Amino acid sequence: MIRLTHEPIDTHQLTESVRDHAAGAVVLFLGTVRELTEGRRTLALDYEAYPEMAMAKLTEIAETACEKWPITAYGIIHRLGHLDLGDVSVAVAVSCPHRVEAFEAGRFLIDTLKEIVPIWKKENFDDGTTEWVHPGLDASTDTPVSN
Amino acid sequence: MKLAVQLYARARDLAGLDKIELELTEPACVGDVRTALADRIPELAPLTRRLLIAVGTDYADDSLTVAADDTVVCFPPVSGG
Repeated sequence: MIRLTHEPIDTHQLTESVRDHAAGAVVLFLGTVRELTEGRRTLALDYEAYPEMAMAKLTEIAETACEKWPITAYGIIHRLGHLDLGDVSVAVAVSCPHRVEAFEAGRFLIDTLKEIVPIWKKENFDDGTTEWVHPGLDASTDTPVSN
Repeated sequence: MKLAVQLYARARDLAGLDKIELELTEPACVGDVRTALADRIPELAPLTRRLLIAVGTDYADDSLTVAADDTVVCFPPVSGG
């Protein structure tokens, strides 16, 4: 199951959805809104997506994972909109016959999601400033970082 | 040809628009879209090299040819999760 939602993520329901008699291991990853980033205090994050492509890329990532590991079931939910500290922004659940492949598959799913799925977050700092997070771009000047 | 390009995240905020119509000479490729965006919106120029461009729901290289009815979307590096 793959979903983008503006509602809070029901992590228990997601976890239960991947449980299966064929699986001896269930791994759940949650991404949550962190208060401190490089010394700056965050009050909230705003997430947005290019939804059609985000769904297509998430499906692609899940298919790749299913080719690489013996996945019994998976579920990926990414939240969009305004999130407060501690809120769950993303949840990845995966079940496999054994724990090693479940951990590896879960790690692959979240790492690849962060790399290629068109979703962005904007920091709302406690000094009143906001800033889009775009890895590789210098936020203060909007100029490219030289490689 | 006229080509509509959707913008997301900081690219949209800098442009002040979520969609922009570019005038391109045919045949046009993704690299031409990149150049035209920088010309049309100077605020985007410093980012141009790092902007990602998708045609439909796939990332596109600068060499890919685009047609007027393609869905073309432009955005800075992603930060989901």
